[in-house]
Amino acid sequence: MSEPTDEPTEQAAHEIEKATVFGETPSDLPAPQHGMFGVEGTGDTSGYGGLVRQSWEPPAAQRPYGGYFDELVDALASAYPKFDQAVTKVVVDRDELTLHVAREHVRGLARVLRDDPALRFELLSSVSGVDYLGWEHRLHAVYHFTSMTYRRRVRLETAVDVEDPHVPSVTPVYPTADWQERETYDMYGIIFDGHPALTRILMPDDWDGFPQRKDYPLGGIPVQYKGATIPPPDERRAYQ
Amino acid sequence: MSGFAPQRETTEGTVYDVSGGDWDDVLGNVHDDRIVVNFGPQHPSSHGVLRLVLELDGETITDCRPVVGYLHTGIEKNTEFRTWTQGVTFLTRADYLSSFFNETVYCLAVEQLLGVDAPARAQLIRVLMMEMNRVSSHWTTIGPTGMELGALTVMTNSMRAREKCLDVFELITGLRMNHAYIRPGGVAQDLPDDAPDAIRHWVGEMRSELRDLDTLVRGQPIWVNRLKNVGWLGVDGCIALGITGPLLRAAGLPWDLRKTDPYLGYETFDFEVPTDDRGDSWARFAVRVAEMHESLKIVEQVVDRLEPGPTMIDDAKIAWPAQLSIGPDGLGNSLDHVEQIMATSMESLIHHFKLVTEGFRVPAGQAYTTVEAPRGVLGAHVVSDGGTRPYRVHFREPSFVNIQCLPALVEGGLLSDVIPCIASVDSLMGGCDR
Repeated sequence: MSEPTDEPTEQAAHEIEKATVFGETPSDLPAPQHGMFGVEGTGDTSGYGGLVRQSWEPPAAQRPYGGYFDELVDALASAYPKFDQAVTKVVVDRDELTLHVAREHVRGLARVLRDDPALRFELLSSVSGVDYLGWEHRLHAVYHFTSMTYRRRVRLETAVDVEDPHVPSVTPVYPTADWQERETYDMYGIIFDGHPALTRILMPDDWDGFPQRKDYPLGGIPVQYKGATIPPPDERRAYQ
Repeated sequence: MSGFAPQRETTEGTVYDVSGGDWDDVLGNVHDDRIVVNFGPQHPSSHGVLRLVLELDGETITDCRPVVGYLHTGIEKNTEFRTWTQGVTFLTRADYLSSFFNETVYCLAVEQLLGVDAPARAQLIRVLMMEMNRVSSHWTTIGPTGMELGALTVMTNSMRAREKCLDVFELITGLRMNHAYIRPGGVAQDLPDDAPDAIRHWVGEMRSELRDLDTLVRGQPIWVNRLKNVGWLGVDGCIALGITGPLLRAAGLPWDLRKTDPYLGYETFDFEVPTDDRGDSWARFAVRVAEMHESLKIVEQVVDRLEPGPTMIDDAKIAWPAQLSIGPDGLGNSLDHVEQIMATSMESLIHHFKLVTEGFRVPAGQAYTTVEAPRGVLGAHVVSDGGTRPYRVHFREPSFVNIQCLPALVEGGLLSDVIPCIASVDSLMGGCDR
């Protein structure tokens, strides 16, 4: 027996907890959980505490993908010769098909999706961005295609870096992407190369920064109101 | 457009500052007979805070540039800092004339992420609210169209009809607009007992109002001549520009998600998808009026089908803990529930507190759901990181996408035809700018 100390060692505390709480063998212990809802840290839900995100990546799907997904992927593979280099991962999650693609192939894939008789995705339903802060390529451009002929859907997702946020524009293929790419640029700073006029659309033209990026300061901007400048909340009432 | 606005070079390329303060510069660069007219954003006929920069040669539009963003309120960003349930409260304010569609499409996405379905009665109530909302939204399209063309009676009649819709909404949700009534997992509360009768009465009133509208405008020469052959857009143009909704159906393609990609059991209802092959402002007006009749048919079927049952999912980890009901004091508290959490069960109190302040968790992933809103395909791209708040909510707003077709509608036409074109596109700036 070693000398008794004021505080038990980590090992000892762990053993005590096991013995008192569960009283079972270690392999039967459930995963550690903090609180009833799994809250960690301050539990601040106001948003001012900063966002902490658990890294999560969807697993690649295995064939058969199910439904029309196999047929769709096969048709795309036969219509687009560089399919293997273009599509880096196929994800099937919650009955939705997502193709993660390399950015240089976005426009080529979009053209094939639109023109190939076996695909016929006539409608580019939505273009949006997501900022996965902390990932290697954090800025994602997400395209939702709808085939009116076959009544199918597919999602294309491409990831770029903040230092090099260039993605080929699909506006030459789908004119509807014009404003949607402008909005994605406005909010995330993804630059769509080949877009006819990539300017801000919702934010003022002289706005600094890209507001929907996750590291954009929240409330950290002075507001001009009737000639006076109101400091941001975190800088007010600073009696020094 | 080089030279029309101050420009500066940035690392992202050339940025043009079109702020309105450069007006003298814009006019100074126009050397020939062309006139540049700034239209909006504060103009009674611009259908909201829409700004158009119009270039005129005589009375003919040679160039049209829509400018949006004046009503941007950061709704998508705001949802990232609220719980999944609170998100509804923001999104209902995006396209504030079709609130129930915003709420439903968002809740469908959250439910898809959760892997749950709302109870049957809640789904029926959603269909009911959406179809009544389609009627009220179309009234708010037709009314301002009349006002903008100078027919004020069309406006007052339509607003009177819309008030009747809002009265029913108030009866059911307690609010006339911005309801936040549809929640992930179901709806906030059940229909009041007198709702079915009120809705049946309302259907009759709407048919009468639609008859009056028909009598008022259908053969009215000014109304017909201002709309017919104005603002033509064919199916090919619609598809290329991503235009959906009444514009696409007025061009001849019966693309309606309620039929082509049914949700909430729309495949079980008996209704038609009205179309037209003329593709002009008149066709859009006709399609909207026909759609209102079809929506009334659906509403009647829903009311006939309503069976008693739960209106919120039976999952204590998701469902709002309080059984809301309007008490004798007119407040939305359930006295039984208050007694349970305050006097009987501490666990209930903790559960209530955690669920209300922190909310529930949604498994990580992304979902894209769509509904057929009055203005076209409304999509919600919702991303979760597994937390109690949405990681990203993007709305594919039909208003935002559809405004892109304005230059195609008005260029080459007359200045006076810009007004019916804007009105028949019916973009709502609250939805467009979010």
